[in-house]
Amino acid sequence: MDWHQQYIGKVKHAVFHTQKTGRKRVVVSTEENVIASLDLRHGEIFWRHVLGINDVVDGIDIALGKYVITLSSDGSTLRAWNLPDGQMVWESFLRGSKHSKPLLLVPTNLKVDKDSLILVSSKGCLHAVSSIDGEILWTRDFAAESVEVQQVIQLDESDQIYVVGYAGSSQFHAYQINAMNGELLNHETAAFSGGFVGDVALVSSDTLVTLDTTRSILVTVSFKNRKIAFQETHLSNLGEDSSGMVEILPSSLTGMFTVKINNYKLFIRLTSEDKLEVVHKVDHETVVSDALVFSEGKEAFAVVEHGGSKVDITVKPGQDWNNNLVQESIEMDHQRGLVHKVFINNYLRTDRSHGFRALIVMEDHSLLLVQQGKIVWNREDALASIIDVTTSELPVEKEGVSVAKVEHSLFEWLKGHMLKLKGTLMLASPEDVAAIQAIRLKSSEKSKMTRDHNGFRKLLIVLTKARKIFALHSGDGRVVWSLLLHKSEACDSPTELNLYQWQTPHHHAMDENPSVLVVGRCGVSSKAPAILSFVDTYTGKELNSFDLVHSAVQVMPLPFTDSTEQRLHLLVDDDRRIHLYPKTSEAISIFQQEFSNIYWYSVEADNGIIKGHAVKSKCAGEVLDDFCFETRVLWSIIFPMESEKIIAAVSRKQNEVVHTQAKVTSEQDVMYKYISKNLLFVATVAPKASGHIGSADPDEAWLVVYLIDTITGRILHRMTHHGAQGPVHAVLSENWVVYHYFNLRAHRYEMSVTEIYDQSRAENKDVLKLVLGKHNLTAPVSSYSRPEITTKSQTYFFTHSVKAVAVTSTAKGITSKQLLIGTIGDQVLALDKRFLDPRRSINPTQAEKEEGIIPLADSLPIIPQSYVTHSLKVEGLRGILTVPAKLESTTLVFAYGVDLFYTRLAPSRTYDSLTEDFSYALLLLTIVALVAAIFVTWVLSEKKELREKWR
Amino acid sequence: MKKKLPLFALFLFFFSLLLFCHSSLAFESDELLVDDEEFGLEGGSKPQIKPHEPAPTRSTTTTTRRKVSDQDSDSKIQFSLEHAFGDSDFVPAGTFSARLKTSSHGGQTLTKLRFSRNAFTGEDKEKFEKLLQDDDFYRIRLPSNTVSPPGRDYIISSVKARCLPREGLDEHFVIHMEGVNILAVNYGAFGACSYPRQLKLPHKWSFNSHTVLKNSEQAPRAPIFAEEVLGENGEGEIIPPPERSFWAKYWMYLIPLGLIVINAVTQAMNMPEEGVQGGGQTQQSAAAIQRGPGSAVRRR
Repeated sequence: MDWHQQYIGKVKHAVFHTQKTGRKRVVVSTEENVIASLDLRHGEIFWRHVLGINDVVDGIDIALGKYVITLSSDGSTLRAWNLPDGQMVWESFLRGSKHSKPLLLVPTNLKVDKDSLILVSSKGCLHAVSSIDGEILWTRDFAAESVEVQQVIQLDESDQIYVVGYAGSSQFHAYQINAMNGELLNHETAAFSGGFVGDVALVSSDTLVTLDTTRSILVTVSFKNRKIAFQETHLSNLGEDSSGMVEILPSSLTGMFTVKINNYKLFIRLTSEDKLEVVHKVDHETVVSDALVFSEGKEAFAVVEHGGSKVDITVKPGQDWNNNLVQESIEMDHQRGLVHKVFINNYLRTDRSHGFRALIVMEDHSLLLVQQGKIVWNREDALASIIDVTTSELPVEKEGVSVAKVEHSLFEWLKGHMLKLKGTLMLASPEDVAAIQAIRLKSSEKSKMTRDHNGFRKLLIVLTKARKIFALHSGDGRVVWSLLLHKSEACDSPTELNLYQWQTPHHHAMDENPSVLVVGRCGVSSKAPAILSFVDTYTGKELNSFDLVHSAVQVMPLPFTDSTEQRLHLLVDDDRRIHLYPKTSEAISIFQQEFSNIYWYSVEADNGIIKGHAVKSKCAGEVLDDFCFETRVLWSIIFPMESEKIIAAVSRKQNEVVHTQAKVTSEQDVMYKYISKNLLFVATVAPKASGHIGSADPDEAWLVVYLIDTITGRILHRMTHHGAQGPVHAVLSENWVVYHYFNLRAHRYEMSVTEIYDQSRAENKDVLKLVLGKHNLTAPVSSYSRPEITTKSQTYFFTHSVKAVAVTSTAKGITSKQLLIGTIGDQVLALDKRFLDPRRSINPTQAEKEEGIIPLADSLPIIPQSYVTHSLKVEGLRGILTVPAKLESTTLVFAYGVDLFYTRLAPSRTYDSLTEDFSYALLLLTIVALVAAIFVTWVLSEKKELREKWR
Repeated sequence: MKKKLPLFALFLFFFSLLLFCHSSLAFESDELLVDDEEFGLEGGSKPQIKPHEPAPTRSTTTTTRRKVSDQDSDSKIQFSLEHAFGDSDFVPAGTFSARLKTSSHGGQTLTKLRFSRNAFTGEDKEKFEKLLQDDDFYRIRLPSNTVSPPGRDYIISSVKARCLPREGLDEHFVIHMEGVNILAVNYGAFGACSYPRQLKLPHKWSFNSHTVLKNSEQAPRAPIFAEEVLGENGEGEIIPPPERSFWAKYWMYLIPLGLIVINAVTQAMNMPEEGVQGGGQTQQSAAAIQRGPGSAVRRR
């Protein structure tokens, strides 16, 4: 029923550790700020730590052969983790005044007794840290001399280090420092008129290469023998066209460096006469690993090239391009995209020769281990960076099956039975056992690829940062299909944003497949042109893809579908024009009918403005576009910049179902819920208090919450919480909103609930009126009527800080609701909505108790059993999705972050179905026994009657 | 003596009452003067306008005004309402005037809001009729800052024109304030505006305006209990399964038990009869009853 999957994200750095320890591992750090130790044989996680969102890992290394050293938070935090079990050993905070490139260097030979030094350059300072306890041994401030450190170089076999950097853009500094005590041995400086730009590449221990400010000249800087010498080499002299983007790529090859020009890469070697020469020229898809030192100072590096559907991996000895140590070619699924990174590692083969394995990071964020020309294992780590989730129904079970399929399945069936027979006769080999397990799993009820009666089986369609879409089966969480979105030539850095359900066939469910719409944009800014892709959710094929000319700031699914059941969508561009999709004449005719009833709102959080819009007319432009419409502003709400700043805006889920409008209270009274789809919850805080908690006094902090009707811009409810501040997490459902914030006065988190009731319908209590039809319950509701509403609020303390809040949703909305709270401990807590009922009082009357009102308490209870995730953690929790199942009592919950977790919830227990542990046998036995008893008594009574008659 | 003392006391009482009344009258007159001035100013210049101020905001402001009017410096401000028909440009349509009250701790608030609307010109009427025909929007706007208009931008609000006509043109403003800034204005009909909107022309082309100033409400505090109460509630929070009655719990056992008992009782009642009469008609009929009517019918 539940499943939990652990991921790590796209790997940034990898450090191999193969010596001594029996189990071979690789330690990686990722873009999701995860540090993990993976098993090199199977790719499983030994241990893992998810650092905070702002704690970005800058570098990792291994010290003393037993500690993993990580530098994070822009070079300000240095930590050591125990390699076998991942326990943190020590942590040091490095201070500095100025930002600079964080560098981590763990020299192997700088040893004092059993200690070894770690050199960290960060925030303008160079620190030497003891690797045993993290003590800072010495610090040298380079920022004071306004030098920006570029590289820290260890001289071979000595305890001296070089620190090189720029002051300004043209002054080059080289410091020679005794690493043991931080003593300055020598300081050289020289000016270079051309100026420096970009990265430096270290070619040897006393030579480095960089670019001048024109990006057309390679500058070789050598600082041998206490003298700095510059040597300029024009890129055109190397026979290369230097126009366009020139960049030096960071690498650690000896005597060689890589330059990227436009879309190809050059490998340039420094010859013994200090001349530069081009060794090789490759296209930009080729990736090179760092140099690896193996046996007696020999070096090797790996080059990975693409060739059709294959990937060629060559391991070359250092400096010698034309020689290959290993050459392998592996078949690569094109859904994995290009190779982004490669790390190599060596091992001793059985014949005592050197073998190499490569860890490859692909474009789709997956991690592969390649050895002997085979992919040993792979990890789909794109699933650690989910952006958006939607669900799709599975195909309907089809009655007729083609002959070919029957034959195929017959063969499969026979094979399966043979395997099972083997299994029962204890003849099965381990592979057979695995196959039997797989067959069992496949045929098991929960992981079937068809729709079920209760609507428990669904496809979870997830969009990831890697531009890859996955379909996960809700039964067991396996990947049904995955698709790397097609990249068009017009756009080289597309980003994906959202998923929408494009087509969900009901009438044609048998012969049409549902599809999803993926909206992305070309580039990062919101004005970038949008990209639309349509993906079939059964097959995982990209049906269509468009590069639009306009941008998509907002996407609005409309509640209308055309005859093929494609949903109409409106895209708002940055000029506030709207574009209708699909671009068909049918869509336009549907849209024209509802033209005057289409409204929407926009929240400009930076400006503190909320605006409401309506459609005005067709776009007036040179090009006649029937699907483009001008809009106009209908209303605006402007928050004063000096006192309020928008921090949260939450609206109701569009597909939420409300079962009843009325709420019967214990006094046999009826309250009508104010249910509007156009409700928006907005929270603003004092600008002073918009920082982290503790940055403002309670007196200068306040939180104002609003409930706004988005058609007319009417503020239905406005309330100020003094001494409160964000972050605010809120959920709006039915007629209530629940929000979570921090109370500075009470030093605690609080949760508030506000319920809105409609007073204009309150007179409909008279039964006679209802009978005679003199009520306004069936009258259409208009936002232009002045609403008569009352609100009720209550506030409670809550122990945890919160990462996400969601509410359960069921098919008909009858089942009572539970709030799903993603706590700071990365767990999901289910809290009954009854605890957040503004009608709670300290001493509820008997009637109220019967209604289910809980006595008021000042804080919300956290019952350990109500953790939906049980003992598991959804590391880096970002979102919780709830989807109704067909069975009214049940809701499906998917929580995602770095990990994924899925479960089924029944907030009021499964009242509409028998539980899984229901004993059918007992029921049957009882029936049989009853029938038998009836027969026996019947026979007995017949006999008795006969006897009576004879008497 | 006996008579004099109460008389004296009565006198004293009346005297003090007079003094009190006098002092309060002095206060009152000071305030009324300003009020009168405002009324006169508006009422005199634009007779067709019915300035309206609702009770809730007024009552709160008047109570505070008494107490702090000495320290507070009041000043009058005006800001204009502008309107637009459909997509036309905004033109002035009326003036709001209010008193700006600076409280002792620096905060500024508006009180005593008055509104005077300009009468519709013939051209305006035509435009409005056109709006009614097209079921289009009648839009208004206010400055977001009342002291230095327009502030950051104008606050816009719109309503379908067909919502306004009643007897005259009924309009209702709810102005949400934050100090001297206007956050939002909710503009619309005074009552309901049911969908589909019917085309209806007003009898009188004059506005019947209602304005409400609204400030933010204070949120209720989280309840804080004493330790002991908290302890009790803490225990009570773990929802005990609702206590069911004895019948609800054990009905499945009670019903068969009851049946058995009834059965046994009828058996017991039959036994002595059997013993006394030793067969015969009555026993037979009793047995018949016991066996059910079917067999009894057969027997006869």
